[in-house]
Amino acid sequence: MSQEEILAELAQIVNEIAGVPVGDITPEKSFLDDLDVDSLSMVEIATAAEDKWGIRIPDDDLKNLKTVGDAVNYIAKAGVAA
Amino acid sequence: MKTPPTTHSRIVAIGEHRPAATLSNDDLAARGVDTSDEWIRTRTGIQRRHIAGPDETVISMGADAAAKALANAGLSGSDIDLVVLATCSIARPIPGGAARIASGIGAARVGAFDVNAACGGFCYALSVASDAIRVGNANRAVVIGSEKLTDFIDWPDRGTSILFGDGAAAVVVERSDEPGIGPVAWGSDGDNFATVCIPDGDWAIRMDGPAVFRWATTQMAPVAARACELAGVELSDLAAFVPHQANMRIIDAMVRALKLPDNVVVARDIATTGNTSAASVPLALASLVNAGTVASGGVALLLAFGAGLTYAGQVVRVP
Repeated sequence: MSQEEILAELAQIVNEIAGVPVGDITPEKSFLDDLDVDSLSMVEIATAAEDKWGIRIPDDDLKNLKTVGDAVNYIAKAGVAA
Repeated sequence: MKTPPTTHSRIVAIGEHRPAATLSNDDLAARGVDTSDEWIRTRTGIQRRHIAGPDETVISMGADAAAKALANAGLSGSDIDLVVLATCSIARPIPGGAARIASGIGAARVGAFDVNAACGGFCYALSVASDAIRVGNANRAVVIGSEKLTDFIDWPDRGTSILFGDGAAAVVVERSDEPGIGPVAWGSDGDNFATVCIPDGDWAIRMDGPAVFRWATTQMAPVAARACELAGVELSDLAAFVPHQANMRIIDAMVRALKLPDNVVVARDIATTGNTSAASVPLALASLVNAGTVASGGVALLLAFGAGLTYAGQVVRVP
């Protein structure tokens, strides 16, 4: 799956959980500062991503996913490893 | 040697004690906690919580709730022969509080002991008391959840201070010809005890909120489903779902994960009560019963979970 495809799928998840318009969800955006996605919503996004891509995102790694691009890169790498 | 035949058990009445003093989100901000009403509401669903006064203790609140439950059942202390207290916030560990509550409600010399499974405690205590009745070790029990968590709150720590409140609730359990308390689904995860605990050398509760949130939102729905399965009850049979009142967003996530039918009433007592640990499930059930939201005889799923980590749930008939 390409980075663009991961971004599109991830944007759907973020939209469903946090209500952020899909068009606003671009790689440079900070989840907390730009999109107002708080730490609990990040946990829900992480568990949804785990289910979707069959990966594991431990809490310690999740804390380092500050931007949408961080998350896309993480999923891309984790997906390859899986 | 002989043992008596087993019977069934049921909850016949419930009573509650909510401290008169309340603390709003704005009150917390005024106390110097770095937060706001909007911040707390969006992250927890809590609007205010009850705070015990200096004269209100785990024992006094528990005894008041127990006395009210007995009165609601038309009974007195001499009618019961077992007192079980679920608490994790008694001021001193020795002695436990159950015997003093028993004395306080006129049930001196009955079996009495405490259960500490933190926020999971009430459903553990209810299960143990129910089984004591079912096998004939007791005829009628009072099961209490009572907590004064604010003794263990470091107010500037907004990861915990915005969440917790004080209070107590109690149920009267007795023998029954029909099943009224289902089998318990319980378990624990001591590997992850540090996610919510009083750490070594500390005096206050500390919590890794996102870790606890993840555990609760991913691991508790299967426990709820298991409790229903053990009782032979479908989710669509439920009149009410009464989960531990830890965070409205955990409750919402569990409801989604379970695909709970819309007609099932979901207890959301947390909005005005906060997280009262072992008192939260019986307080939330009392709210539904007192408001008439759930009819007597309806089937409710109780699910308690928290520090330990521990969890327990069972299906009960509403008194």
